[in-house]
Amino acid sequence: MSLLNISNLHAKVNDKEVIKGLNIKIDYGEVHAIMGPNGSGKTTLANLIMGNPKYEITDGEILFNGKNVIGMPVNERARLGIFQSFQYPEEIPGVTVRNFLKLAYDTIYPDEKMSMFDFGDMLIKMADQLKIDRSFLDRNINVGFSGGERKKSEILQLNVLKPKLAVLDETDSGLDIDALRIVAKGINNVIGPDIGVLLITHYQRILDYVTPHFVHVFIDGKIVKTGGPEMAKELEIEGYESFAM
Amino acid sequence: MSKNTKTFEKVNYIVRSAPGFNKRLIEEISLSKDEPDWMKELRLKSLEFFLKRPNPNFGVDISDFDINGIIPYLKPDAKKSASWDEVPEEIKDTFEKLGIPEAERKVFAGVGAQYDSEVVYQNIKKQLSKLGVIFLDMESAVREYPEIVKKYFMHAVPPNDHKFAALHGAVWSGGSFVYVPENVEVPMPLQAYFMMASPGIGQFEHTLIIVNKGAKLHFIEGCSAPKYSVSNLHSGMVEIYVEEGATMRYSTIQNWSKNTYNLNTKRAIVGKDATMIWVSGSIGSAKTMLYPASILNGKGARAEHMNITYAGNGQHLDTGSKVIHLAPYTSSKVDARSISSDGGYAFYRGLLRVSKLAHHVKSSVECSALMMDDKSTSGTLPIMEIMNNEADIGHEARIGRIKEEQIYYLMSRGLSEDDAKALIVRGFMAPVVKQLPLEYAIEFNRLVSMNFKSNLG
Repeated sequence: MSLLNISNLHAKVNDKEVIKGLNIKIDYGEVHAIMGPNGSGKTTLANLIMGNPKYEITDGEILFNGKNVIGMPVNERARLGIFQSFQYPEEIPGVTVRNFLKLAYDTIYPDEKMSMFDFGDMLIKMADQLKIDRSFLDRNINVGFSGGERKKSEILQLNVLKPKLAVLDETDSGLDIDALRIVAKGINNVIGPDIGVLLITHYQRILDYVTPHFVHVFIDGKIVKTGGPEMAKELEIEGYESFAM
Repeated sequence: MSKNTKTFEKVNYIVRSAPGFNKRLIEEISLSKDEPDWMKELRLKSLEFFLKRPNPNFGVDISDFDINGIIPYLKPDAKKSASWDEVPEEIKDTFEKLGIPEAERKVFAGVGAQYDSEVVYQNIKKQLSKLGVIFLDMESAVREYPEIVKKYFMHAVPPNDHKFAALHGAVWSGGSFVYVPENVEVPMPLQAYFMMASPGIGQFEHTLIIVNKGAKLHFIEGCSAPKYSVSNLHSGMVEIYVEEGATMRYSTIQNWSKNTYNLNTKRAIVGKDATMIWVSGSIGSAKTMLYPASILNGKGARAEHMNITYAGNGQHLDTGSKVIHLAPYTSSKVDARSISSDGGYAFYRGLLRVSKLAHHVKSSVECSALMMDDKSTSGTLPIMEIMNNEADIGHEARIGRIKEEQIYYLMSRGLSEDDAKALIVRGFMAPVVKQLPLEYAIEFNRLVSMNFKSNLG
């Protein structure tokens, strides 16, 4: 049984079909990269796996650990272990990263009952590891964050919440080389036998730092070709057009 | 307080005359309180104004308000208390969730005798009297300190100010009196809670506070537990005099039961280099009109108004602030936030006036409104009358609906929809709620969470 098994997925946004018969299988321990041009529906796919109610699934299934999650509320999927990192994460004024993450952690791991102090220690350790300034933890979520800080914040959350499936949407876009290294380190940090990673990206740049087991070329709502890590380089040279049908 | 038990014994006058809101009723009230003539005259004059003045032509709809409904509760010998059985389930439920001790519940619900806070109160009183601070219930103050009370009582808000100020002047009952001598810093916040002398008394209460030169006081009115009122009108008044160089902080949580009209008047006169800080949270009542006012009439006077209003199902809360700059180099800051949810209606009404003589005024007014759904309504009306060119005025107004994307983002981290909404609202309120005394801030947050069926503690 795969960690994630999507078959024949069709979905609409504002009455327009965006996902047109998508199939993908991800197992524990695997890193998959989905690469595709802008507007091909990559972000939609991330939202569908997480369960964004804005999107309407018209056909197919999404099995998570063998269980069909279509129709399941977002927060329940999060509790099962699905995580989506956002390209443009929302600002939440008045709520600190620390308090929010504690709340999220307690919700996902209700039996741990970690104290605020122990949790704080864990946060600081992770922030240090990822070279994220500690003051970050007491700022309001994404308020006044630069593009790079938002991405780092998402990766910090990934590290704290330790999901089973991480769907990382354009985590590398708009980052300078230093920030890219930090973000990549944060991703490599969680990769292991207890997690599957789906890395959605436009450029192959991040794949110099995070090595995928599979690369999928995603064009016009479906995967048109799947290969190994070497395919990313190919794409970089030849462009997406050579894959268009 | 014990000093006056004698005078209370005289109160035994039972009205047999026909019911009606008239001179006779007011005289009875005055007599029952054993008041000096000047106070009786003030009441009668107020009555005249009340009968003559039209209803306010703005704010909440009070056309179905019936003055006859409150008469029974004004009579000196009237049984003011309803019984515990009459207290709405919703309020009992809130007590339960807030963890209010059994003994206190009945007091807050307006159906019990005074909660046994006498011991605490006596200790505080001892400490205060050493400092020369007077802290009394308003009736006792009228008898014991007539010269001070007469000088200030309904001078900041005269009886003819508006219809409900006049009503208040005619029927006021209960409330607190605080007098802080020069350069005295009161070491703990004083709470109106101690002045809850008998059930039902809190509905026309008068609070009179005088903070003398260089003195400092924090006064806390009300309480976050819902208050059940036997009559459906609350028309209290707060008058504050902040003298030269003094600092006054006034914190309130208004949580009247949802059957109440809350038409309140609060005003501070702020002297030279003095500071007035209003922190208000309104969450209860059916309809509220409340605009705390600061009149900055000494050079360098400052006012801060921080206001949070939460209007839920069936509520129309019209709140705001008034700042009048009469003197040069005065400054003010207003931060008003409102949330409307589940069909509620929250309206911000503000007035900033800078008089001709007030040069070098600095003021910033910020009002923001958050609507939780498309059934709920918000509005803002910040009026500015700037008569002096040398004024530095900042203004910002924001009004908007809660974003689906924010809710989705929080839910993607495991939070339920209710918790996500409660957290967003809490964050929105945070800058103002943080200004409340800690235990009030916690309870206010909890009250809001309860409205979203959220369990956020």
